[in-house]
Amino acid sequence: MVSHRDYSNEVRPTWCPGCGNYGIWNAIKRALAQAGLAPHQVMMVTGIGCGSKMNDYLHINGLHTLHGRTLALASGFRLANHEMPVIAVHGDGDAWGEGGNHFLHAVRRNIGLVDLVENNHIYALTKGQYSPTTHQGIVTKTSPQGALEQPLHPLAVAITQGATFVARGFSLDIAGLSGLIIAALNHRGYALIDVMQVCATFNRRMNYDWYRQRVYKLEDEGHDPSDRMAALAKALEYPGGERIASGILYQDASQPAYEEQLAALGAGSLVSQPYATRPADDYHQLIAEYT
Amino acid sequence: MAKIDLTFRIGGEAGQGVESSGAGFAKALARAGLHVFAVPSYYSRIRGGHNHYTLRVSDEPLEAISERVKVLLAINGECVSRHLDAMVPNGVIIVDPSVDLDEDAVAASGARLLRPDLLSIAEAHGGKVMLNTALLAYAAAVTGLDLGHIFGVIRDNFGKRKSIADANIQVAQAAYDLAQSGHAGLVQPPLRTQSAPVRVVIDASHAFAMGALMAGCKFMAGYPMTPATSVLEYYAKHADDWGLVVKHAEDELAAINMCIGAAHAGVRAMTSTSGGGFDLMAEGLSLAGMAEIPVVVYLCQRPGPATGLATRTAQADLLMAIHASHGEYPRIVLAPHTPQEAYACGIRAHNLADRYQCPVIVLSDQYNATSLWSIEADAFDLERVTIERGALIQGQALDGIESYRRYALSDDGISPRAVPGHANGVYLATGNEHGEDGHLNEEPDVAVAMLDKRMTKLEMVRSEMRPPLALGPEDAKVTLLSWGSSVGPVHEAMLQVNRGGGSVNMRHWVDLWPFPEEGSQAALDGARRLVAVEGNGTGQFANLLAAQTGIRVDQRILKYDGRGLTPAFILRHLEEA
Repeated sequence: MVSHRDYSNEVRPTWCPGCGNYGIWNAIKRALAQAGLAPHQVMMVTGIGCGSKMNDYLHINGLHTLHGRTLALASGFRLANHEMPVIAVHGDGDAWGEGGNHFLHAVRRNIGLVDLVENNHIYALTKGQYSPTTHQGIVTKTSPQGALEQPLHPLAVAITQGATFVARGFSLDIAGLSGLIIAALNHRGYALIDVMQVCATFNRRMNYDWYRQRVYKLEDEGHDPSDRMAALAKALEYPGGERIASGILYQDASQPAYEEQLAALGAGSLVSQPYATRPADDYHQLIAEYT
Repeated sequence: MAKIDLTFRIGGEAGQGVESSGAGFAKALARAGLHVFAVPSYYSRIRGGHNHYTLRVSDEPLEAISERVKVLLAINGECVSRHLDAMVPNGVIIVDPSVDLDEDAVAASGARLLRPDLLSIAEAHGGKVMLNTALLAYAAAVTGLDLGHIFGVIRDNFGKRKSIADANIQVAQAAYDLAQSGHAGLVQPPLRTQSAPVRVVIDASHAFAMGALMAGCKFMAGYPMTPATSVLEYYAKHADDWGLVVKHAEDELAAINMCIGAAHAGVRAMTSTSGGGFDLMAEGLSLAGMAEIPVVVYLCQRPGPATGLATRTAQADLLMAIHASHGEYPRIVLAPHTPQEAYACGIRAHNLADRYQCPVIVLSDQYNATSLWSIEADAFDLERVTIERGALIQGQALDGIESYRRYALSDDGISPRAVPGHANGVYLATGNEHGEDGHLNEEPDVAVAMLDKRMTKLEMVRSEMRPPLALGPEDAKVTLLSWGSSVGPVHEAMLQVNRGGGSVNMRHWVDLWPFPEEGSQAALDGARRLVAVEGNGTGQFANLLAAQTGIRVDQRILKYDGRGLTPAFILRHLEEA
């Protein structure tokens, strides 16, 4: 039996008191343990930001990388070892600012990753500048006159671009988030979880009470996750409206993951395959192309 | 001296089949047992402009083209006007009578103009697009090349499209027959088929890719960028048969980072790009340096800055390759000079990356990537390849290991690298400064110990970097210094000077970083006059040599017009002491 304590290490988080990352941290540990995965059986790839330090605070295979490049590294790892579940953990700036292009292509590629985005609507590690999901008009250190741009609708982008698993979680609802992570781990392709995360220091307006008044569970309202247009409508509710849907907005389990379609991986993961030990004729064929 | 030394040039607009004709003709000449060296010249466009292919053929091994053309095959009039100055006085120009051109200018040049009605032949048997086939077959007749070699290449090129192959063969036969009534055998000595070992016609990029494949590099991610794309295409073409994962990524940022992710999983990984794409990869490269993850980058240079001359050549990214990205970390830079060396480098680069757990940059360029050499097939020893993965521990090798520390300090700076997946090998790899266990650490003594550890590896590599190749007489008045793709033109320039009574030798660098300081100093000991020959505008190698050894060159011969170095260019600029 795997316990969530198997994922604990000696490193103490440097997050602020009241940070939403604590809830996400606990939800991840619980989900991985409940999924029966031991720390050496899963890879966590993170970027740069407060929440990207997640794998520093866990006993887990970890790759802590560069701001914005999280999905590229996670994708490379996945293609080399698709037998190991890969979970990407990064913030809204990493995922949708610096890493926006990788997000777009991971979605349409349907590569088998769990993409958990800690969306606190602010840049926190750099101490309070506006992010791609900051609401219009919000004053931050780089928007003293109020943010001019519309906030990104990441879930709507994902649904319209062919994502096969689109969910939203809430850092205070550890059980609910844990369930979403398990569902995402069980999904065949790319699985996006947009986590509403409180930043108690640099985004005090969107505190726990603010979220509690707005977040609701899709399962309580009879939402059908196989209905793409209904999912899109839910995705467009927020940002903009006063209700924030949580749960699985959309899932299509019928689509193959990218890696399932590669001939080279039919014989097992790339890393498990031996080096080329081929008949001499094959080598001579390589040279014969040029004679 | 070679009995045969003849240069062909075929030229026309982009889209008129210049590239396939040139490459096919090179193969036909090699199959006739002759040595060939061929260089294409393209504009960055799909239609129009003026593209040409220059092929030099000899009964002796070749390593450069000549600037002087003996036989010009002109698909259009522009080809004649552009290359008239390059013709040798008794040269031959073959051009269809339907093409408008200034015949007086041709007559004044001393070249002989042949105007066989080849377009009619092409149209009679296939179509206008087969004019290039007719030209090649006519040229075969004029130079005494067996038409069977042209047929063979046509069949190879069109493969299963038999009707197109047949039409081209009919065109070739008719053009060849037409020449029999007059111009056959005009150019002497004839290019008779010679008995010779089987030779391949290959460029350095394909040879490098083949080497990487032999080295067990099973993962490649890249983004198309001229002139580096042929490596990515080679890998994509062989993916299914050879069990490779090849990702045409969304951008170069993704490409390098996918490679690092795959390498972290335990497979060999590489990418290919040119200068602008490499700029985007610089941050990823530093992650590989910091997290000590092996990765190989094939950097195929073209002239910059920005988009520069997109389809041309340069050796202007040497200092960038050595210095790109922030911070200080070990890297290895190699510049293979021939297809054989590029092949060997495809293996060696991956071995070095694994052994030293750092990025390896293979520095090539458009000239190197597109110049076709004819080389004996036996020169590529595909059955004996040594794969060295260094301190990589995987699977059962981790069974007995307790309290594994990924970045354990060691005398040689190398720490065992566990492949993720074993309960005893769970660790964090990170681009942040870290302690021996991989976890983030900002303590000053740790920062110092870790930088020292990483840079110790650079000194370990330095001890196995090779000194420059030494060619020519031991003692000479002038020593030419060169690196990378320019070996052929420089070597030939040296030979020409010495044949005329001059006194020149050369030193050619392939291993560039960490710079082989002692070996370089020893190689230049006693040299009298140093002349750097480079394909850039500032003399980057000369500056590197000065920075690393204090040795200053006496003259710099620099070519930065986007075209490859030639022996004639070097000779025009060489100031002998």
